[in-house]
Amino acid sequence: MTTVTAHHDDHVHHGPAKGLMRWVLTTNHKDIGTMYLWFSFAMLLTGGCMALIIRTELFQPGLQLIEPEFFNQMTTMHGLIMVFGAIMPAFVGLANWMVPLMVGAPDMALPRMNNWSFWILPFAFGMMLLTLFSEAGAPNFGWTFYAPLSTTYAPSSVTFFILAVHMLGLSSIMGAINIVVTILNLRAPGMTLMKMPLFVWTWLITAYLLIAVMPVLAGVVTMMLMDIHFGTSFFNAAGGGDPVLFQHIFWFFGHPEVYIMILPAFGIVSQIIPVFARKPLFGYTSMVYATTSIAFLSFIVWAHHMFTVGMPLAAELFFMYATMLIAIPTGVKVFNWVATMFRGSMTFETPMLFSIAFVFLFTIGGFSGLMLSIVPADFQYHDTYFVVAHFHYVLVPGALFGILAGVYFWLPKWTGYYYNESLGKWHFWTSFIGVNITFFPMHFVGLAGMPRRVPDYALQFADFNAIASAGAYIFGFAQLIFLVLVIKAICGGKKASSSVWEGAEGLEWSIPSPAPYHTFSEPPVVK
Amino acid sequence: MLTRFRRCLISAMMMVLSPAIYAAWELNMPQGVTEVSQSVYDLHMLILWICVGIGVIVFGVMFYSIIRHRKSRGVKAAQFHESLSLELLWTAIPTVILIAMAVPATTTLINMYDPSDADIDIKITGYQWKWQYEYMGENVSFFSNLTTSDRQIHNQDEKGSNYLLEVDNRLVIPTGKKIRFLLTSNDVIHAWWVPALAVKKDAIPGYINESWTQIESPGIYRGQCTELCGVDHGFMPIVVEVVSPQDYQVWLDAQRSAAQAQSAAAQQDWSYDQLMARGEQVYASQCSACHGANGEGLGSVFPALKDSPVATTGSVERHIDIILNGVSGTAMQAFMAQLSSVDVAAVTTYERNAWGNNTGDVITPQQIVDAKQ
Ligand code: HEC
Ligand SMILES: [Cu+2]
Repeated sequence: MTTVTAHHDDHVHHGPAKGLMRWVLTTNHKDIGTMYLWFSFAMLLTGGCMALIIRTELFQPGLQLIEPEFFNQMTTMHGLIMVFGAIMPAFVGLANWMVPLMVGAPDMALPRMNNWSFWILPFAFGMMLLTLFSEAGAPNFGWTFYAPLSTTYAPSSVTFFILAVHMLGLSSIMGAINIVVTILNLRAPGMTLMKMPLFVWTWLITAYLLIAVMPVLAGVVTMMLMDIHFGTSFFNAAGGGDPVLFQHIFWFFGHPEVYIMILPAFGIVSQIIPVFARKPLFGYTSMVYATTSIAFLSFIVWAHHMFTVGMPLAAELFFMYATMLIAIPTGVKVFNWVATMFRGSMTFETPMLFSIAFVFLFTIGGFSGLMLSIVPADFQYHDTYFVVAHFHYVLVPGALFGILAGVYFWLPKWTGYYYNESLGKWHFWTSFIGVNITFFPMHFVGLAGMPRRVPDYALQFADFNAIASAGAYIFGFAQLIFLVLVIKAICGGKKASSSVWEGAEGLEWSIPSPAPYHTFSEPPVVK
Repeated sequence: MLTRFRRCLISAMMMVLSPAIYAAWELNMPQGVTEVSQSVYDLHMLILWICVGIGVIVFGVMFYSIIRHRKSRGVKAAQFHESLSLELLWTAIPTVILIAMAVPATTTLINMYDPSDADIDIKITGYQWKWQYEYMGENVSFFSNLTTSDRQIHNQDEKGSNYLLEVDNRLVIPTGKKIRFLLTSNDVIHAWWVPALAVKKDAIPGYINESWTQIESPGIYRGQCTELCGVDHGFMPIVVEVVSPQDYQVWLDAQRSAAQAQSAAAQQDWSYDQLMARGEQVYASQCSACHGANGEGLGSVFPALKDSPVATTGSVERHIDIILNGVSGTAMQAFMAQLSSVDVAAVTTYERNAWGNNTGDVITPQQIVDAKQ
């Protein structure tokens, strides 16, 4: 700590290097945060185009646009890109930008590693996307890549997929270590753990989850690699292996992964609602405990993704009860947000609109999650569009809306200008309407019996599929409004004050807008 | 020009409007036709209403605040930010609700997990992309393939009312009997699901999973594979036909005599033209999904048969061996059990002579019978 603060003001004045090399060589948390965010936006549009291809094919029964083989490549790549390329890097980008500002640190604790964590990503995704142009085609076994479809029966591009997953895993683990070290070691004097903003808290817990489970993912893909190339039979029943083992390992990673994608959004929303309700967050302490308990529970519920694999009765019951338990801390969070709004003095700028939509729609995703936890009912829901509706509700108006809320909230701090509020409202309302038109009907077709991951379907599902496809176009094109808005805000606009929002409090709002290239070279003191 | 524009407009409108023709706005889970499916449905409705209730309260408070407590109405914000009793309360109430949900869920699950005392055992094996049904101890076994034509799928023919949900051989079971299903797979993981029975179970290579059903009313119930299993995952439906126990016996006998007729057919002489005609049918229903309608293959995983050495210059024995025994570790499955000797002879002849593979070879059913030994 002292070594960092020993440098004096001379550091504060030197700005970023010029030209392209600034971005390649930078160790500055703000630059790296910006790159993460742009990268994730590019991936969002890429994955979004794939989603539109999928939805166009599903607009009507029959095969019109693409053949089943390419359809499977699209669903697989859409999932992988959105999870690992859009949502996760966006959260890391926000953490890079905001965690040092919120805890009063001059930068991330491990700046060079920070640079490396980012620069791995474009190469990993470049490799994964290039498989689309290979003769074998891209991975086509779903983002959950169940063996043996992803091993014995996989296209040869699976090896590149495995390598890409290793690279992203490396990037995530390094990013997570960096965040943990920064939070634990670089907090300003007086910033005790229980004074930290909730975004910092949720990211601290998320980072631990990442460190715990990314190696498990690396392990499972390595076992696949061995099965494919080195003659082992981890997942090959004919060689004495066990295909169900794959699912246990995958979901031991995969379930905490789900919380990795939502906890930081909980943090963002917990920052935003108090500001626009002009009222302190209700139940800060219980929010921290609730987040921690969700994180612990996330390790003992993985098999709820596998209720139909034929586990023994006792295991089914255990995983059902454990899953139901998660509803309790999650409920506490929702109640706390609502209680924060209650008797506040609210205004509805775009960050608040996205946060309210988050609370509303994420809760709907939570309800369907609770329904899915009930094993006998899950037998009917499992692997149908009901599940697709469920996880898109928690990931799109959940995680993605959380990210968008955060970007709107902090954009004036980053650029020094307010964004155009009416464009922001347009973006919000088109997204809100689009999301619901797309994903709500999926509940219905799922309950009525439409399996997921099918390129074609029986006639009784036609109407709702047509509606969902129309919604997808609305939602997809709405994101271009956002692009325009951000570019405009970078170029200029109404100047932002240092506190930006009327009710904003905290270290990040004490520095000027735009945030100078170097901040908190002298640690601030938190009372 | 104008007429062309009008045509475009009309077809665009057709695109938008035509789904309305199918008009079936199914919103909810089917209640199904078994006691189990009924109790699953009840459970589903119970949780659904609980969620709706909680939602109405929580969202009610939220929207009330949004409407009443806004700055534009001149409200001053309260400053409370903690209440231990409130927080304990909204931890305790959900706990109680969850317990209330867990009890019926547990009893239903225990019932679903009890396949004991079954009257009939049926082994179900998933293949890429069809189902095999074996009636244990009855000496009846057959495959069940999708019958929807490729032309319907590619919008060249009008789609029938059971589009994608129709098969050549249905799973026939009697009413009033407890049927136990034993599920496994020959290649990748599949899942056997019939919503009306509330039976969904994964079919996993190396595993035998159990499930059961008992249906009181005759009828036809349709379902699909629900675990991604490769290219034609969306094209391996399930059709269950429930008949009276008497009709079931008649059906079993018919199956057995059909099997005998098949082995008799292998003894007859088959001409080149007969073999080619039959081979074309077999190829279209069994092989074209992977090897392409014109033997051109599919991507790099599924080899072309047109001009392939195996189907042209290579030995007939090897060609037959691949079809009968498959290529282990690949999607090329063993067709020994799936196809009769006549069908194998026909399809081998067809592959060696179609699409310009003009070898002139004629393979007799007797050759296949010999190869099987
Ligand atoms: C599920 C997909 C699938 C189906 C259905 C299928 N095959 Fe194959 N077939 C394959 C694959 C994959 C290979 C390549 C195996 C390998 O790697 O050697 C193959 C290989 C072959 C070969 C050897 C080709 C060569 O050049 O090496 C022949 C002959 C063949 N299949 C015939 C048939 C016939 C006849 C049928 C229908 C009765 C059929 N296949 C159905 C997937 C399939
Ligand atoms: Cu299948």
